[in-house]
Amino acid sequence: MSPEPTPSQTIGPFFHDALIDEHRSELVSPDDPEAIRIVGTVYDGAGEVVPDAMVEIWQANKAGRYNHPADDRDEVPLDEGFSGFGRAGTDANGGFSFLTVKPGAVPGQDGRVQAPHVMVSVFARGLLKRLVSRIYFPDEEEANAVDPVLSSIEDRAFRETLIACDEGDALRFDIHLQGDGQTVFFGF
Amino acid sequence: MAQRIREEAAGHRRGDDPPYLHPDYVATRFRAPKKPLIILPRTLSDLTGPAYGNGSIGELDDDLTRQHSGDPLGERIIVTGRVTDGDGRPVRNSLIEIWQANAAGRYTHQNDQHPAPLDPNFSGAGRCLTDDEGRYRFVTVKPGAYPWKNHNNAWRPAHIHLSLFGEAFRSRLITQMYFPGDPLFGQDPIFQSVRDEKARQRMISTFDLQTTEAEWALGYRFDIVLEGKDATPMENHG
Repeated sequence: MSPEPTPSQTIGPFFHDALIDEHRSELVSPDDPEAIRIVGTVYDGAGEVVPDAMVEIWQANKAGRYNHPADDRDEVPLDEGFSGFGRAGTDANGGFSFLTVKPGAVPGQDGRVQAPHVMVSVFARGLLKRLVSRIYFPDEEEANAVDPVLSSIEDRAFRETLIACDEGDALRFDIHLQGDGQTVFFGF
Repeated sequence: MAQRIREEAAGHRRGDDPPYLHPDYVATRFRAPKKPLIILPRTLSDLTGPAYGNGSIGELDDDLTRQHSGDPLGERIIVTGRVTDGDGRPVRNSLIEIWQANAAGRYTHQNDQHPAPLDPNFSGAGRCLTDDEGRYRFVTVKPGAYPWKNHNNAWRPAHIHLSLFGEAFRSRLITQMYFPGDPLFGQDPIFQSVRDEKARQRMISTFDLQTTEAEWALGYRFDIVLEGKDATPMENHG
């Protein structure tokens, strides 16, 4: 008989000293010519900012390779020093910020290709288990249009909560936990 | 309840997890999403995950009683167990991070306003990697219960927060470990948010005389099960 999973519990409000370290939000050096900044604000269902959330990201490198043994496509290069993982706590204004590179396209199911995207986990007081989302890129209209995950979401406005907004010097990905503009969240 | 049914109908695989919306835990009311989850197909995006922390563990990170010049106050304890996946295989070389209140029930965090003393010899944060059999071990002090403002006279049972990565994005877990026989379980909406009695028991450590070290520290055992890799083949990933 398979062992049963340990249930999830909330991260609570007091995780910062153990989990948050500013340099963990920088996946690449600020000197990297391909560095991009992704910023966002976490909002609750009353439209209030969430100042005590933790946001994590996981992504492929710019060639579209994950730094993990399960991605064994040796023909796609790894980037030394790029783990693909980042973590940030939200500030008093609910804001978070990551410095990273845009990932390449990655394989999906049945030989299909997934548009470039970043996996997101959100933890907070009041979340008894994490929320999972994805950040897609606004300059990938063609790839986004045929992405198997995006195109499985029929409601256009709902689907577009997954596409970051280009603000010139940064991409913005706001996270709405609840309400009319709620962000798409995923289950497994 | 409708949300719970939707999550189950949507194929949420960790069926013993609490629901997002658990109104007795007041903070969930404005933070629980209300639209149905979209189910992700299994792809490399979530069958991979961060191998976070390798090489960055300090020597004293797994002993929360030795991170300062003196001994912290409170009951010294050893917390140990195995991390396995849903197929019973050990989760090896994987980061575990913990944090907790001190013996008086106070966190070092600036937002903790509970009028209980801070302990200059206790920060309450630790980390370690699992070994080749998935085992981990921390030395710490037993955390105190503490009040919070969820409802009138609300108290959190003593607990240690644990954060685990496992082998893939899918297996990420943050949970809390409780202590056996705590009289505060019945009134705690966070503990009670897990609906199934047997699943709640899986969040409670067991006192373990074999782990206990004579003249030194009580031992508690807490095994953790993360999501398994499942039998679904990955042959289509390239």
